[in-house]
Amino acid sequence: MSFGFGADNVTVAGRLDGVSLNCRRGMITAICGPNGAGKSTLLSVMAGLVKPDSGQAVMGGRPLAAVSLAQRAQWLGYLPQTPEVAWDVSVEVLISLGRLPWRDAPAAEAQDAIEDAIAAMDLQDLRHRPVSTLSGGERARALMARVLATQPGWLLADEPFASLDLAHGLALMQRFRQQARAGKGVVLVLHDLATAMNHADQVLVLAKGRVEAEGPPEMALSREVISRVWNCPAHWLGEPGERALSIGAPAPLAVDFRQGFV
Amino acid sequence: MNLRLVLLLALALCVAVPLSLLAGRVWINPFSPELHSASTILVELRMPRAVLALVLGAGLGAAGAAMQGYLRNPLADPGLFGIAPGAALGAVLSFWTGYASAPWMLPVFALIGAGGAMTLLALIAGRGGGVALFTLAGLMVSSLAGALMSLAISLTPSPFAMSEIVTWMMGSLADRSWREVWIAAPLTLAGIGVLLHAGRDLDAMTLGEMAARSLGVEPLRLQALMILGAGLIVGSGVAVAGIIGFVGLMVPHLVRPMTDRKPSSLIVPSALAGALLLLFADCLCRIMPLAGGELRLGIALSLIGAPFFLRLLLKMRQGMVA
Repeated sequence: MSFGFGADNVTVAGRLDGVSLNCRRGMITAICGPNGAGKSTLLSVMAGLVKPDSGQAVMGGRPLAAVSLAQRAQWLGYLPQTPEVAWDVSVEVLISLGRLPWRDAPAAEAQDAIEDAIAAMDLQDLRHRPVSTLSGGERARALMARVLATQPGWLLADEPFASLDLAHGLALMQRFRQQARAGKGVVLVLHDLATAMNHADQVLVLAKGRVEAEGPPEMALSREVISRVWNCPAHWLGEPGERALSIGAPAPLAVDFRQGFV
Repeated sequence: MNLRLVLLLALALCVAVPLSLLAGRVWINPFSPELHSASTILVELRMPRAVLALVLGAGLGAAGAAMQGYLRNPLADPGLFGIAPGAALGAVLSFWTGYASAPWMLPVFALIGAGGAMTLLALIAGRGGGVALFTLAGLMVSSLAGALMSLAISLTPSPFAMSEIVTWMMGSLADRSWREVWIAAPLTLAGIGVLLHAGRDLDAMTLGEMAARSLGVEPLRLQALMILGAGLIVGSGVAVAGIIGFVGLMVPHLVRPMTDRKPSSLIVPSALAGALLLLFADCLCRIMPLAGGELRLGIALSLIGAPFFLRLLLKMRQGMVA
């Protein structure tokens, strides 16, 4: 498999308009943007789940549509934004579903991958629990572990940190970093700009289906871009790598109560 | 865990089948067979009936498990998708045209009806392979076949044919012979085979359609497998025994808590439990004292099934269903 993967001039009626994104293995790419920007649509086009009206997802110079579904399933691990679990299976059974694309792999290999995913998402104590008894965050960890169990070349995750607590969020980010260091690709849709700023190697900013900025986080998420795209005054605090975002203009603190009650 | 359940159900069947052969209007004592006709009753009447109960029950159980897995809905029943009404329409037309009196014609008509419903279902639902469209297409085919069937009944030329149709529609295994077994068994077993083949895809559907596709499931192929598998089972079942409801709904429910709840782990145990349930219900029909004949199997199952369904709904209302 070649190192390039991305979307080439993709248009999806009403949702994306000529968007291109080039990701490389060994990097964490973040897709950011306000609500309705087309982030999730772009990710599902890249996962081969939404067929664009024009343009295409490309993997190593080859159109993704030309790759068989079985092979795609082994290469691309996809975490949907609103994952569902229809039956009340145990955490372990849920994670084992991630091995479905590798139907011919030896059982020992499958077991290793499942154990690795369980350890990565700290699910040892929950492995026999039915999914219905889990909290939202625990469930999100189990669903992420399902994607990790596939051991795909590319991880495509839509808001993977959304309901994780601090420690598990950090552990997952370290896992993504480790995947990238091992030469795999990581593409994340992120709502939290600070996470993208501190941890991504490359950021794509979308708004209303168009690319507004692209590049290293310090550039793509500059205060100018944020105020223009999110329509919200903001500035970064702290040092690179541990940035925090302060939003809103400093408001005048003095209030005239006599006027307020007229 | 699953293997133990399968062995347990198989063992139960090994005990239940011989017992069922002895039960009926004439009870046969295996230790002192005084009746001259005992062997005839066993071989020509009760054995084909028992085998048919096993085959149809297994088919309906497996089809119910697979359909619930495919639609991700514990209330799905293989009879919902227009295939059973399609087959019934075919059968009604055979009565209507008078061909039903010829030995093979009724099942053949019913199978043609089932095939027609399957084709229509595939044509309407096809292309995208989405589950919602499939369900709606099934409802449409179902109501169309139902309406045509009512039309055919209302236009029946003779009251005799009408009463035959109505009796037949209630579903029964009475007076079935080896001929019906030879029609239903190969088709049903083939159908179960098709559904087993779809097992891994059904497991992936647990995560929803999008995630299932990302795991390599081809929606159209899965839909075709479901239509073919459930169609063979339901079509051949209706062709030989009329409409038998509730087995496909009830059995997967009873079995699911005893498995790891993956759809693929449910198909074989549901088949065995379905066979057991139908065998039991048919015995009940045979030994139930009823003036003017025996209780119809379809009615018996609905009488068992309706309260079961109600219990399920009440449980769901409390948000406890799993």
